[in-house]
Amino acid sequence: MKRELNIVVNGESHNLFVEPRTLLVQVIRGELGLTGTKQACDSSSCAACSVILDGKVVKSCSVLALQANGKEVLTVEGLADGVELHPIQQAYIDNWAFQCGFCTSGQIMATKALLDENPKPTRQEIRDALDGHICRCTGLNMIQEAVQDAAQRIQAQKSGKGA
Amino acid sequence: MSEYSIIGKPTPNVDGPAKVTGEGQYTFDMTLPNMLYGKLLRSPYPHAKIISIDTSEAERLPGVKAIITGKDTPGGKWGLWRRFRELADQQALAMDKVRFIGDPLAAVAATTEEIAEEALDLIEVEYEQLPAVFNPLEAIKDDAPMVHDDFPNNINATRHIEWGDVDKGFKEADYVREDRYVLEAAHPCAMEVHNTLASYDKGTGRLTVWTSTGSPYFVQVNLAEALKIREGDVRVIKPHVGGHYGGKNSTMPDAVNAAILSMKTGRPVKIVFNRDEEFTTTEHRTGQHMALKIGLKKDGTIVAFEVKTITNGGAYTGLGATTLYLTGTFITMPYKIPNYRYDGVRAYTNIVWGTSIRGFGAVPGKFCRETQLDRAARDLGIDPLEIRRRNAVEPGYEAPGQYKFESCGIMPCIDKMQERIKTKWPKVGKDEGIGYSAFAYMSGGIFNWIHTPYAFSSAHIKVNIDGTVDLYSQAADVGQGHNTVAAMICAEELGIGIEDIRLHLGDTAHAYTDLGAWGSRETLMNGNAIKDAAAQVKDVLISIARLKLGENIAYDLVAKNKRIYLELRPERGFSYYDIVKDAIKANDGVPLTGTGHYTPHNKGMISPAYGMGIMATKAKVDRETGHVEVQDVLIVHDCGQVINPLGARGQVEGSVHMGLGYGLCEEMPMDQGMLLNPSFVDYKILRQRDMPPIETLEVPTYEPNGPFGAKEAAEATIAPAAPSMANAVFQACGAEFFSNVLKPEKVLNAVKEAEKKAKRTRKSTRKGTRKAK
Repeated sequence: MKRELNIVVNGESHNLFVEPRTLLVQVIRGELGLTGTKQACDSSSCAACSVILDGKVVKSCSVLALQANGKEVLTVEGLADGVELHPIQQAYIDNWAFQCGFCTSGQIMATKALLDENPKPTRQEIRDALDGHICRCTGLNMIQEAVQDAAQRIQAQKSGKGA
Repeated sequence: MSEYSIIGKPTPNVDGPAKVTGEGQYTFDMTLPNMLYGKLLRSPYPHAKIISIDTSEAERLPGVKAIITGKDTPGGKWGLWRRFRELADQQALAMDKVRFIGDPLAAVAATTEEIAEEALDLIEVEYEQLPAVFNPLEAIKDDAPMVHDDFPNNINATRHIEWGDVDKGFKEADYVREDRYVLEAAHPCAMEVHNTLASYDKGTGRLTVWTSTGSPYFVQVNLAEALKIREGDVRVIKPHVGGHYGGKNSTMPDAVNAAILSMKTGRPVKIVFNRDEEFTTTEHRTGQHMALKIGLKKDGTIVAFEVKTITNGGAYTGLGATTLYLTGTFITMPYKIPNYRYDGVRAYTNIVWGTSIRGFGAVPGKFCRETQLDRAARDLGIDPLEIRRRNAVEPGYEAPGQYKFESCGIMPCIDKMQERIKTKWPKVGKDEGIGYSAFAYMSGGIFNWIHTPYAFSSAHIKVNIDGTVDLYSQAADVGQGHNTVAAMICAEELGIGIEDIRLHLGDTAHAYTDLGAWGSRETLMNGNAIKDAAAQVKDVLISIARLKLGENIAYDLVAKNKRIYLELRPERGFSYYDIVKDAIKANDGVPLTGTGHYTPHNKGMISPAYGMGIMATKAKVDRETGHVEVQDVLIVHDCGQVINPLGARGQVEGSVHMGLGYGLCEEMPMDQGMLLNPSFVDYKILRQRDMPPIETLEVPTYEPNGPFGAKEAAEATIAPAAPSMANAVFQACGAEFFSNVLKPEKVLNAVKEAEKKAKRTRKSTRKGTRKAK
């Protein structure tokens, strides 16, 4: 039996009917066509599908869609401001923090959640926050540098706006 | 050398915006209207005869649109070793018997993935189990079960390489040692699984395929053979690819069965492997046994080297036969070895097959050779870095009949390493050690097992009236950054900006052949083709500018910074954009085009050029737990002229990450052909907290065979990671390793052995006994 799902994704409200067993990632990718969120493991162990659910980073393969009922989801597609990339996205580009890019959406969403909570993370805090994310390409250090760079850009942006 | 405007400058990835916004489409993300979902029924047995397959119940399931078994397929055999037909041993679905757990024997297309999966459960198969063989040493015995009927003793391929006089060399040696190794298999674990979307056009009889591959061309020719249709009727498009690492060279059953199901149903069909299928049925780095015998002079120079290997090939060939050959050559590089002999055997077994994973042919062999060399250095009382210097090759070195190094920076790399270590790691603490490993790797292979009649690399450019350039090639960006390199090379040659280049790469319908991304070939081979194409247009532009200037014919013109001008009087010249307009007008309105190509000739057996260098790892061993902490990594690297420093660093660090995983935690334990860890929960990949910092120092050389002097930068640095780490542990506590994967229990045993050995030595020294020579 399908049930009603009311969900806000990237600021847009959606009214859907889904089977109770449907995963949040299936709604995001399948129903809404937001394929920026990836799936890579079938075992909740790679974090490629990470999105932000009411401010917290979650693996969207490990959340039932109905658990997100009445909540707000942010996916990688919702990060840029129109055609203006988010500072985290720009920092990932400028630091070559991805190669194949398949884990990148998840890394970026986890970075967003980290920096929202801890605007100036140490290198170790970055490693701790992203430890669950498998990346097979970059060797990981360049991701740490991108996160540090993103933190600085966001700080600069904030202080610029404040002035 | 002239200053480059673009080459050598850190350049952000041209695919960046697509990949950080989620807009970039991978095959995984694609759907087509009216699309069906395909699934494969796979064998639960490692070796069995198929007695019967009953699909009747599955066919009655609502939503099922087609079910095929071996007899419903065109039956074409394919493989990458097309030149030797008997090694083209893959088939869409097993015809008579299955050869490993996961060998597909039926395929379903249905309206949803769930229905397709349910249908698989309803297919009844009667098997007759056959004796199976999993170990290559068993497989080559006379009484072993035969995996393929035409291959006695399961010998899939053999390779012999020899130069000099090995027996004489060993006689001249002051020191000889032999070591035996067992190397574990490892999986490439691309984040995007193998998946394919195939769409057959009933009206034209043509097939279009989107697939996660490193070589659209390989997929095109393999599909044509599997389906028994013309190559020209198959179009392969490579969208963004979520990781390759050598595991996406072979055409796999996803592509072929999606195509057959689309041809049967007249609807687009997509097949996506799940992660379990990815681990258990797609190609991995071959497990193998190796025996090394090395002879050295007292001063540490190598006089003879003999290597034997037998590899656990698995059920099919893939690029395994090439891996076998390259194992025999890369194990010699970059050392001067006057007398050398190699014998390799690849055995068919009843497991999933091994192939060309990142650094293929180099990784297992370098682990063995570099750890053996450290033991030899210890016994001879020579510093480990010094013994590598004494044997390092120099520019122009030639291994008779095999390969030649033109650019060659290994000696300056070793010098720089020695200098940097002094300040980087002035002190080494208790139970800490520094280990070294030298390395070298090809810049694309010369071999033509695919038997292509085409140029190895091609590129085509079209320059439009506004100066924008469309660049077409079948070359493949699989994440390594080739799109950026391609745009940089094209822009540098034409003297314009990256933003002027529009890329159309990875589509068989839009461009002449390029063999794709494997063996670190794109920068050198495709780069040469792009440079060639761009140079043709540049020549036209320079001619027009020369005509307009009316200067002395002896004066040289250059295209640079979007201008075409006299080299010695830069103020005399024109805007690139204006000259393009004039040139197209002069050409009766036809856009300017250039078609470049590259095929290596007279460059030996392996490659036109070799990236190389030396890596040092600092590690600490915990004698109580056996845990190895990799603390720090230093690489000194010669990849010729660096095209993009950002991309080169990314390639080096990514290789080190995968190489350390090979040395620390990645393995594929099997029980009777069943993989025991087919998930990211159980297959361990190094995570953020596991990774050490990596410092890379470039020692640029100029490679005459490469575009702007560039050569390989993608794969070489995977091979030295595990041996330099094992050598660090050896230097720290004397523990010796004869297998990769330094898991705690193995380290503890090795540490205990080393302690026992040290005690024995102390005792015998106390008693005043001397071992007779």
